[in-house]
Amino acid sequence: MLGTSEASVKRLTVLVRWVAVGIILFSCNLSGFAGPADSLTIQEANKHKVLMLHEGTEPRTLDPQLAQGVPEHHTIMALIEGLVGDGLKSSSDCVPGMADRWEHNEDFSVWTFHIGEDRKWSNGDPVTAHDFVFSYKRLLTASFGAPYAEYLFVLKGAEDYYRGKVNDFDKVGVKALDDHLLRLELIGPTPYLLSLVRHDSWYPLHPKTILKFGRMDERDTKWTRVGNFVGNGPFILKSWYPNDVIEMVRNPLYWDDANVKLNGINFYSIENLDTAERAFRAGQLHKILQLPLDKVAYYRTKYPQLMRIDPYSSVYFYRLNVERKPLDNPKVRLALNLAIDRESIVKNILRAGQKPATGFTPPNLADYGVLDQIRYDPDKARRLLAEAGYPKGKGFPKLTVLFNTMESHRTLAEAVQQMWKSELNIDIGLQNQEWRVYQDTMNKIDFDICRYAWTGDFMDPVTFLSIWTTGNGNNNTHWSNPKYDELIALAARTGDPKKRFDILHEAEALFLSEPPIVLIYWYTNFYLLQPSVKNWYPLALDNHNYKFIDLEASPEGTK
Amino acid sequence: MIKIIVGRLLQLIPVVFVLFTVTFFITKAIPGGPFTGERQLDPEVTAQLNAYYGFDKPLWEQYLNYLWRFARFDFPPSTSYQGESSGEVIARTFPISLAIGSLAFCIAIIVGVTAGVVAAVNKNKLLDYIPMSIAMLGICLPTFVMGPILAMLFGLVFKLAPVSGWHGLNYVVFHPMVMPAVTLGLFYSAYVARLARGGMLEVLSQDFIRTARAKGVPSHVIIFKHAMRGGLLPVVAFLGPAFAGLISGSFVVEKVFNVPGLGQEFVKSVFNRDYSLVMGTVVFFGVLIVLFNLASDILQALLDPRSR
Repeated sequence: MLGTSEASVKRLTVLVRWVAVGIILFSCNLSGFAGPADSLTIQEANKHKVLMLHEGTEPRTLDPQLAQGVPEHHTIMALIEGLVGDGLKSSSDCVPGMADRWEHNEDFSVWTFHIGEDRKWSNGDPVTAHDFVFSYKRLLTASFGAPYAEYLFVLKGAEDYYRGKVNDFDKVGVKALDDHLLRLELIGPTPYLLSLVRHDSWYPLHPKTILKFGRMDERDTKWTRVGNFVGNGPFILKSWYPNDVIEMVRNPLYWDDANVKLNGINFYSIENLDTAERAFRAGQLHKILQLPLDKVAYYRTKYPQLMRIDPYSSVYFYRLNVERKPLDNPKVRLALNLAIDRESIVKNILRAGQKPATGFTPPNLADYGVLDQIRYDPDKARRLLAEAGYPKGKGFPKLTVLFNTMESHRTLAEAVQQMWKSELNIDIGLQNQEWRVYQDTMNKIDFDICRYAWTGDFMDPVTFLSIWTTGNGNNNTHWSNPKYDELIALAARTGDPKKRFDILHEAEALFLSEPPIVLIYWYTNFYLLQPSVKNWYPLALDNHNYKFIDLEASPEGTK
Repeated sequence: MIKIIVGRLLQLIPVVFVLFTVTFFITKAIPGGPFTGERQLDPEVTAQLNAYYGFDKPLWEQYLNYLWRFARFDFPPSTSYQGESSGEVIARTFPISLAIGSLAFCIAIIVGVTAGVVAAVNKNKLLDYIPMSIAMLGICLPTFVMGPILAMLFGLVFKLAPVSGWHGLNYVVFHPMVMPAVTLGLFYSAYVARLARGGMLEVLSQDFIRTARAKGVPSHVIIFKHAMRGGLLPVVAFLGPAFAGLISGSFVVEKVFNVPGLGQEFVKSVFNRDYSLVMGTVVFFGVLIVLFNLASDILQALLDPRSR
């Protein structure tokens, strides 16, 4: 009996040993190959100068006037160029696009753009100032239903035309003085117009193509399909396989084609970040949009040369419903802000170079700088809470933090919950909802506290501060302060850039003195990039002018 | 027989009708709409969009309109793909899921039936325990675990298959359908193996098999000719709906391998509140289920003299 069991133990030991050897060999093999593969795909792509980019979700449309998301913008900007293009090294810079040069009056309220005579559509037609007028008319036609029509409301008379108060488009402040001269008259000084016109909604369209496939105000026409699309950008549409890849090739008729370095770009829509990371490792991508959070530490230590952490113009915060007690009390709101140790959140939870938010507007927006107003100060927080009638958290009602279903939001909310408990002795509940349900709840302002993030569209603090004005559709807190509205309006009338920023600083300081939000952190953009990609500079808006990007054909990667 | 088939096909109409109605009102009852976005749109824009897609009308009118359009195969436009109707989206994505699903189906049958029959014939021996343990593991190991493991192994280590994508993959050995099909096929083969083993064991213990053995019929003839015919009936019953499920795509596998198939449209359409696509995919799947259930019933009848 003893003998048999001894024998079986021995057999078992041998088995375990073999399994162990197998696992070790397998994992060696895996780790050896776990690095970014120098695959044939990437070698060929480098040789032929085809950039393989990862975009998260499938673009809903390639019509710039119907586009809403980041993937749409990144794709469309390869096909269509606006009045000016994005600069190489900073999101604040711009380079000539359809316009060769431009001038403005003293207070930045009237701008004239000289459309270059060599600018052509991809079918050979010249790009004219009239094309811009046509495009803006289409966007401002209410029945068309352009999601970002309001982006053109800085044009004189644009909102009135859109709302049907004026029926004559000639009354709108966009004029083609001749074929190559476009004049924009604005409702007020807009020193940041050159950043604004890089948004999709300001892009020109080829009128004949639009009208060939439907009425001017018709949605859902087929003009954006392969073979139909006419653009004016450095690349043209070659194929479009939804939820897979959009392939583009060089546009020989692009005015600056001599300076375009790539022969093509493939945009891959991969929603699952882990799949994208695997595709990067397999050498199927030059760049992934974002590295899964749990892999940041690994890449940081193992392949720092592949990992990029760039500042990004975005802020993470919690909205507070200021109509609900006790959040109607500014002291309570401030106390909630001061009780959060953002340094610790950034260092221990996020760990990808994010910055603790001390103001609402993130860094890197032109010369605006940041406000250093909200700091971790638990003593003051407790004092404020006591002054508000809740000494040591006594009697503080139970509030709930709402967030959309995602593990990272929960982790963060748990940390905040813990901090509020230990510093202020208040209890907070957590609730998650599916993305659209959560948005619906948020738009109805049916929450106590609700997580959100705001990303800048252009390089000016107004893109952040304007949402807090009374009645703004993105305010969603019920917060309203006439003084704040006045300051934002005053800034919009101020032509002098320095004075304007001073006014906006004052507005933001006022906002932060009775914050209808709880600040958490300023984003970074962390992603993987093959070293063979050249001229990919850190840009706060992450909009890279593809004509500058180059690929190096030499072998690369760590293997 | 023909009468039964025609009758079953006629049943399709009320089934689809109920499915359509229930799905329509449930989807409409979920909070949020196709145009609730990260950023609040101008109320006028939302109103325009709702008017364009007919979402501003009373619910019953929307329902009748959808019903009428679907009945005539005039599918309403999708709100998540500009310029495409739900019918076009399904026509674009279904062939991909069909290819993966058919291959997965073959893998499931070949691997599953072989393992099940071998296990049944070698009851309570090593050749029973090994395939059945693996099958148990296969059932317990979800596709979102199996998929990435296979992708790492064949994509990153052996470099035979792409880890993501469908079109324009030039420098890989395997067609991009192989890995998703293997992932799905292995998962289903585990079920098939257990069903096949159970069915075979039951038949093998019956009198007519014993008689055949006593008469000296060679054992391979007994297994292949006599036992498998009845033993695989549970497998056939399972495979009908399983095939419908396989060819309409798997959300998880399509996400793991980033394959642009129908399975992800199914799920994403609900997340996007793309009502036209929700209705399209649900009805499409419903019809497939009914048809393949019928097919498996017919097949069972042909195999099993008792049910004729």
